[in-house]
Amino acid sequence: MAVVFEKPKSLTDNVLHYCPGCTHGIVHRLVAEVIDELGIEGRTIGIAPVGCSVMAYDYFTVDMVEAAHGRAPAVATGVKRSDPSKIVFTYQGDGDLASIGMCETVHSAARGENITIIFINNAIYGMTGGQMAPTSLPGQVTQTSPYGRNTETQGFPIRVCELLSELDGPAYLERVTVNNVKNVRNAKKAIKKAFQNQIDGKGFSLVEVLSSCPTNWGMTPQKALEWIDEKMIPYYPLGVYRDKDGENNG
Amino acid sequence: MADHQIIIAGFGGQGLLFSGKVLAYAGLAEDRQLSWLPSYGPEMRGGTANCTVILSDEPIGSPIVDHPNVVMVMNNPSLDKYENMVAPGGKLFVDSALIGRKVERSDIDVYYIPATQLAKDMGAPTLANMILLGAIVKETGCVSAEHLEEGLRHAVPARHADLIDLNLQALEIGKNYTQV
Amino acid sequence: MQEKVLMKGNEALAEAAILAGCRHYFGYPITPQTEVAAYMSKKMPKIGGVFLQAESEIAAINMVYGVAATGKRAMTSSSSPGIALKCEGISYLAGSDLPALIVNVQRGGPGLGGIQPSQSDYFLATRGPGHGDFHVIVLAPASVQEMADMTLKGFELADKYRMPCMLLADGTMGQMMEPVVLPDPVELDSAPKDWAVTGTECKREHHIVNSLYLSPKKLEDINLERYERYKKIEEEECLWEEFMMEDAEICIVSCGITARVSRNAILEARKQGIKVGMIRPITLWPFPKKPLLAAANKVKSFISVELNMGQMKEDIELAIRCKKPVYGCTRVGGMITTVDDILASIKEAEKGEE
Repeated sequence: MAVVFEKPKSLTDNVLHYCPGCTHGIVHRLVAEVIDELGIEGRTIGIAPVGCSVMAYDYFTVDMVEAAHGRAPAVATGVKRSDPSKIVFTYQGDGDLASIGMCETVHSAARGENITIIFINNAIYGMTGGQMAPTSLPGQVTQTSPYGRNTETQGFPIRVCELLSELDGPAYLERVTVNNVKNVRNAKKAIKKAFQNQIDGKGFSLVEVLSSCPTNWGMTPQKALEWIDEKMIPYYPLGVYRDKDGENNG
Repeated sequence: MADHQIIIAGFGGQGLLFSGKVLAYAGLAEDRQLSWLPSYGPEMRGGTANCTVILSDEPIGSPIVDHPNVVMVMNNPSLDKYENMVAPGGKLFVDSALIGRKVERSDIDVYYIPATQLAKDMGAPTLANMILLGAIVKETGCVSAEHLEEGLRHAVPARHADLIDLNLQALEIGKNYTQV
Repeated sequence: MQEKVLMKGNEALAEAAILAGCRHYFGYPITPQTEVAAYMSKKMPKIGGVFLQAESEIAAINMVYGVAATGKRAMTSSSSPGIALKCEGISYLAGSDLPALIVNVQRGGPGLGGIQPSQSDYFLATRGPGHGDFHVIVLAPASVQEMADMTLKGFELADKYRMPCMLLADGTMGQMMEPVVLPDPVELDSAPKDWAVTGTECKREHHIVNSLYLSPKKLEDINLERYERYKKIEEEECLWEEFMMEDAEICIVSCGITARVSRNAILEARKQGIKVGMIRPITLWPFPKKPLLAAANKVKSFISVELNMGQMKEDIELAIRCKKPVYGCTRVGGMITTVDDILASIKEAEKGEE
């Protein structure tokens, strides 16, 4: 019988620890599929963050390094500079990338470091139990914004792609989501391009993936996917914010 | 040969650390034990600056000198600071074009040399340090004339090689002008 | 054997790192160690190496962590406030069993402190600079020659025991020039390490460089294994130098610049008929406890000469099990103990005054 669907080679057999309905699993799979399709499994090195995806190192079959909170782009810089023939990616959440690690994010982008960053934006700190993230929406209720994020005292969310698009360094910035089949397909295209760019030596590529967190948002998985459409996309418009190859430069 | 514990002091920008380097390289050429220690930090430009050079035939303990036997000063604050530190019997070289007052101590040898004026006269106002250094080498014999020139050639960066002759002239002027 | 050259301590250590096979340097400017970065920025591009001025000390140490994870020699350098920032990364290096060399050309603190020489990071360095149970090997050079030699030694020990090593110098060592014979270039084994992340080439299980162990038992076991290694290092890797200890009645203990000043004070004291000697620790962790304990049976007292408020004094008291009094001779803030300061302490110890 013909096999029509199988686990990507670049994913281990370990059972993912993510909550039901969380989209981390989808993005892990997309990254693994892309690694398989580009034939780079043997020379790829991944950097895991601190956050829900801290144990990403157990899920990919490629060599992995676990970084301190927010430092993945600096660690990736070291790994890449050690051997530029390797394909180096980081997989980071919003607290890791846009809060504690913002300095490393901005500067690796400014350097045009030839690495690939997969950025999971789910507008909340998941692993620690649902605190306000740098990307939590105005009015969003979290454990540390129990009355809703008050922009007067807690500031505004950070739009990472837009912010980085002000820099000359990045080669490619795109925001995607994985809340329906069509969007998953687009997300995969973006992730593949972000890896292909690195293979081609084009430089810093970041794909921001709007993701769901049903557990900490307090929603069913289905409702959470709808919430991405209703609340997140209006604040975080999907699209290409930088593509040094193409026309669309933010 | 005796230990020479030398302090060179003045304003930042007078080429004091450089003078010390010339001595240190000369000491290296003679295969002697030596250390060169600068003051560092914000005083590098315009503030007070100094460096300590020790030339010895024995292994050098501390690179820091509390009682130098050779001191060169190129401004008033440095004379005020170091006059009382000079070891009895030591030698003190004063740029008398920049320092008006006389040294009060009588148990040391003092050399007044209007180095900054002599440097202007030779058309190289920045080489007062080399004039004083020429005098120091002549009066103390801390390094030989031959090795002093070798030290200078090492200390001058390649991009300034064209200035070596002028520096040698300044050293000569210092050697020939000494007046206690 | 290379010829004798005149170099600043900071430059000598930078060149020695290159001779040790280090081709990856990450730094951030801070006085008084900026010459290291300047030297590397000039030299590395010419020899196919990497110099990168990082956005912060934190980024620099994490870049070192990245290179170290690939099994190559990497280093960073800074001065006290910058080292404090690197502590997070140093803890991760230790927790992931990665070798690396961290240079600390100390200045006065706490806070922004000053920029003049200090030894006030003694506790920070010797107690494990970062969170968690760990040590780094700490080397304290006392000459420009040792700045070069200890850099080589530091890389060797770091590789041998797969742990970070800190070269703990002070501003004087970094800034002074002395003649130095640089070491011969080291030939490194180019075979990939069996733990490093170099890409699986689809031929082996993936390597994971990691310090996270959610199982308490597993984390305990890993800590215990690490401390077995530390025990071996304490037994085998202590370095120290004795000076005029044969007949000494008073033993000065001092490292770095203050050991140099102490040497002069000892010669002066002996002229005055006081029998003083010195044990100069070269490794501060592991601390040379054995020679100190042996000396405790012979001398009347010890004097700890250091540029802090008496941090090493505690280690001396522990090493000699408080068998003899330990006097302190300390200056801080960038001030440096003088020969006269030390002579005064020697006379105090001679009289046996508390």
